[in-house]
Amino acid sequence: MKLAIIAGPASVGKTAVARHIIREFRDSSNPAYVKIDVVRAFEDEELQEEFGIATRKVCSGDLCPDHTGIMVLQDAISWARDLESDLLIVESAGLCLRCTPYTTQAFGIAVLSAVSGSNSPLKMAPMIAQADMAVVTKTDLVSQAEKEVFREYIKAVAPSIDIIETNAIQGTGMRYLMKAIAAFPDITNAGEIVLRGAPPLGVCTICVGKKEIGWQHHFGVIRPLEEADNIYRGD
Amino acid sequence: MPLSKLICGRAIINSAMNPDHGSLITILPGTNRTGEKEGFDRIIIGPGDTLSIVGPTGSGKSAFINDIEVLAQADTITGRKILINGAPPSDDVARDPSKKPIALITQNTRVIADLNVSRFLELHIKARRQTHIKDLITSTIALANEFTGEKLTDSMRMTALSGGQTRALMIADAILIGRTPILLLDEVENAGIFKERVIACVKECKKTVIFVTHDPYLALSTDRRIVMSNGAVVKVLKPGTEEQKMIARVSDIDSFLWNLRERIRAGDLIGDEESIREEIGALA
Repeated sequence: MKLAIIAGPASVGKTAVARHIIREFRDSSNPAYVKIDVVRAFEDEELQEEFGIATRKVCSGDLCPDHTGIMVLQDAISWARDLESDLLIVESAGLCLRCTPYTTQAFGIAVLSAVSGSNSPLKMAPMIAQADMAVVTKTDLVSQAEKEVFREYIKAVAPSIDIIETNAIQGTGMRYLMKAIAAFPDITNAGEIVLRGAPPLGVCTICVGKKEIGWQHHFGVIRPLEEADNIYRGD
Repeated sequence: MPLSKLICGRAIINSAMNPDHGSLITILPGTNRTGEKEGFDRIIIGPGDTLSIVGPTGSGKSAFINDIEVLAQADTITGRKILINGAPPSDDVARDPSKKPIALITQNTRVIADLNVSRFLELHIKARRQTHIKDLITSTIALANEFTGEKLTDSMRMTALSGGQTRALMIADAILIGRTPILLLDEVENAGIFKERVIACVKECKKTVIFVTHDPYLALSTDRRIVMSNGAVVKVLKPGTEEQKMIARVSDIDSFLWNLRERIRAGDLIGDEESIREEIGALA
């Protein structure tokens, strides 16, 4: 099974990118999809209805959504394996531009919007620098010149990153993303998956630098996939 | 509007001429919205060719030039394929916009970059690995100002430019900085820019140009006219001599309307119906 992790700010078109991946791999790979969000999420229901694939969501509530995503990732891999899926797609909530949810043995996709301002790649540098591919969406709304300028800003952050430009509604240019996912290796040993980047300084086990995925490796506020509602609610 | 006035220095135009005149675009047919094959076998567009795309709103005109811009490989909604010099484009050309021989100026060309004009142009010049940055910024702004009545300056913010200024600047940028041999202009007439000057300039620079247009003058002045309906090409017309004759007349009517519009914009009171009839009558 392959693992693809999609990150990027809110409303850039992460789900539209996921939709194209699912459409491409629906027949060959029995994709499974997990959406991580904070308060509410609807993508799981929409994609299940549209493609008839296995989907689920995790709302992090009072927790940081990336923290939650890391906690439940090992469970999610087991869930998708039990379903005999060959491709697990995990879509982040897209709120924190400091954490990067990408792990080893996973294909990391950073989604950026061409209409988000030329400095936006600099603002979300960690999220781009750790990714395998940057997908620039909404390029139909800007001029050729602006696309090229935006590309220069991404390269300033990650000089060797693979960039594709797309209008994700119609999916133009997506063929390069599909090729890259198809060529990416399967998970070899899920027990050894760790975060690619160092998390920010903080007080939880993930924040202080433990990179192992799965709640079994953490203490304090922990959370398995099956107890989606059992979360800390503050004081 | 004498056209001789618009060439802002022979040197600029010479520098905008592409050394590579070889790019030949071939369009292979896709299907219309009901899945039937389009009405052509292949459309070949050579260096310096001009084409117009006409048809009702929603007939697929913008999708047609979008296919060319993204170098579609049967991966868009239309199923068309685009070849460069007879072969599918290399990944390099298709993916890196600075290597693509095509610039598309869309109907909704907006710039979101929070930069001023000279900084924006400078970044694009660097992305295109061009030299003489200062001169090129100056000449690009000068050329843009030939296309628009509202002058723009280097210190204006890109986001504050009007629709016409943005379109004028993007066309000048595509000609002088991008130097792409192929320009795709989507409804250029709607931006309030001097379309005759744009046409004269792109012809002078020997660009290949495809206009999506509802404007009779633009549609008649191109070498070929592609007619769209229901998402597909239904005809490729090659205008005969009869149409050539019409162009001069349409141009006169156009300049009459242009003058009238300018007078209205300037706040003039336009004379009574009879005097307008006289002016129109003078055209007949």
